[in-house]
Amino acid sequence: MYSKGTKRKFYDSVDAATDNKAALYSRQRQSLLDMSLIKLQLCHMLVEPNMCRSVLIANTVRHIQEEMTHDGSWQLVTEAFGSSGPSDHLVATEVLCRSSALEQQGGGPKLYSVMGYDGCREEEVVTDEALCSVTFSGGAPSLLGTIDHCWDRAELRMAAVEDRVIKDSGSEVESGEGAKTVMGQVFGTFEIKNGAPGSDPALEELFSAVDASYYDLDTMLTSIQSTPKMGPYNLLDSMASSHGPTSNSSCRTDLSELDHIMEIIVGS
Amino acid sequence: SQFNLLLVMLFVTADIISTVEFNHSGELLATGDKGGRVVIFQQELESKNQPQCRGEYNVYSTFQSHEPEFDYLKSLEIEEKINKIRWLPQKNAAQFLLSTNDKTIKLWKISERDKRPEGYNLKEEDGRYRDPTTVTTLRVPVFQPMDLMVEASPRRVFANAHTYHINSISVNSDCETYLSADDLRINLWNLEITDRSFNIVDIKPVNMEELTEVITAAEFHPNQCNTFVYSSSKGTIRLCDMRASALCDQHSKLFEEPEDPSNRSFFSEIISSISDVKFSHSGRYMMTRDYLSVKIWDLNMESRPVETYQVHEYLRSKLCSLYENDCIFDKFECCWNGNDSVVMTGSYNNFFRMFDRGYRQDVTLEASRESSKPRSVLKPRKVCTGGKRKKDEISVDSLDFNKKILHTAWHPQDNIIAVATTNNLYIFQDKL
Repeated sequence: MYSKGTKRKFYDSVDAATDNKAALYSRQRQSLLDMSLIKLQLCHMLVEPNMCRSVLIANTVRHIQEEMTHDGSWQLVTEAFGSSGPSDHLVATEVLCRSSALEQQGGGPKLYSVMGYDGCREEEVVTDEALCSVTFSGGAPSLLGTIDHCWDRAELRMAAVEDRVIKDSGSEVESGEGAKTVMGQVFGTFEIKNGAPGSDPALEELFSAVDASYYDLDTMLTSIQSTPKMGPYNLLDSMASSHGPTSNSSCRTDLSELDHIMEIIVGS
Repeated sequence: SQFNLLLVMLFVTADIISTVEFNHSGELLATGDKGGRVVIFQQELESKNQPQCRGEYNVYSTFQSHEPEFDYLKSLEIEEKINKIRWLPQKNAAQFLLSTNDKTIKLWKISERDKRPEGYNLKEEDGRYRDPTTVTTLRVPVFQPMDLMVEASPRRVFANAHTYHINSISVNSDCETYLSADDLRINLWNLEITDRSFNIVDIKPVNMEELTEVITAAEFHPNQCNTFVYSSSKGTIRLCDMRASALCDQHSKLFEEPEDPSNRSFFSEIISSISDVKFSHSGRYMMTRDYLSVKIWDLNMESRPVETYQVHEYLRSKLCSLYENDCIFDKFECCWNGNDSVVMTGSYNNFFRMFDRGYRQDVTLEASRESSKPRSVLKPRKVCTGGKRKKDEISVDSLDFNKKILHTAWHPQDNIIAVATTNNLYIFQDKL
């Protein structure tokens, strides 16, 4: 199987085209995942969020996660934050931008609702065509060869805050760390932890450390913000405090756990 | 074309219209808005029998139905926006309607007063009491005509029965009960009793972490008082029979169309979510609206709809943008005409669509000041989906997604329609 040490091959033009498509698809899918997670986080502060909308977005996130698990790219999400030493501060910057965006806009879903259709020109939104006609299992090309390359260039796409968030992304960034916490929030509420049929035991292990009490869907959907244990503001704090040797050691532990998880995923 | 519509009335409302409903005779048209107000329009009596201007409606009554509230337990506001209005069939001189916001349903009585008693013995005309010792003769008070006054008074308040947001109310054909549906539960009420309701559907999972589906709409059958349907965010409709059991979690029929594998995408589920369900007047069919289409179902066939009409198929390639700006979650309503031969629903850019089931024709019309000159027939609109744009066509990228028509209503007998844009109410009638 592929390991991190695999030499990159020289692709001829046909393969390159396919792989470009695959990389594009993977990026677009990631973009959709990020967008969905942000939508879930940005709930009305004063008024209860629309439950139908929240459920539909959460289901979309789950579909993406299932597909990513299926084609093996999910493991790279876990890998990404394993090697995120230098990207910690980038994550912090990222989250800071998110927070300031929230503060500036009053913290509502205004990031999306005021945009209107005018705000998302065709060029900006990369995802339309590829994502609108996707087939699931069996159709997804093998992405393992190009994932490293893809992650190197990954940028978090949030249409409304794109200007503030875009930075010189040398490394993977955000999607790793930020997404892990947010996804933990979302998936902590679903049956992955509870071993529903088809759930991945490796993923369960991954999220088992997540504190389930906060991730009660009722709580999340009714946005009780009084003592958020891990909202974006707190995330920033914890980021700042975890910049030391302690984060490295936890990375090391994570890495060995991840190897273990990889073995399980790969083995199955 | 057989769709010839004239603009008859245009009302500019103070707030965003959130629901529109004709009463059973069509003489009254009620609108609810985001500010909790109800405005009722009445058809002009003199013009009712004149074919050319039977669509003339004027403001009849305005009242504040719901006020904003605050849920102290959750520290959340309860919006006063009127989600739905449903009229009761008329039994006497007064009219009754149910209006609901997210949490509370109210029964309003709308009555006219055009006479008042005069000639009291113990009271002056202005209401001051007369000194009884000054009364030397007695007279019988009589009713004298006065300027018409329309009064709306709340007769019942049905509160505290819904944890989640109410999306539908529906009056039963027995005229004694009605149902109210929120995201996870449906309750059955007696119109006379406000402190009790029966829960008839509950799809709340024991573990909220397993929640993947919500109720989006519900309606009673128009003549079978034991039957109702409810639709879900996964594109299914369940028909339930209240005679079968007290709790109708087990459906009698499940209507679901198999997914088209060639159209599958990450947005498949979202666009399959049903935003409205309406029985035909006959009770033989029901219509559902999902994001891109309108489907007609025969109640006797659960496996697939008998008719499917594409409302704005050109949006299929734009789903990601529409997801990004949240338009994909817009809930469009739909309605039948009086004899169930035509159905209507709204779209973007202030367009609305009508589908004639018999003639297999459809038309796109626009409700806007620019395109609706009074007394001139509405011109059909066309959206250009690609390639060369013809004159008078509008390209998909020029559509205004902030101008959406979510609420439309059709007069129960006549070809008069009410179309609500954001804060304009248009009334069109058929040109004869």
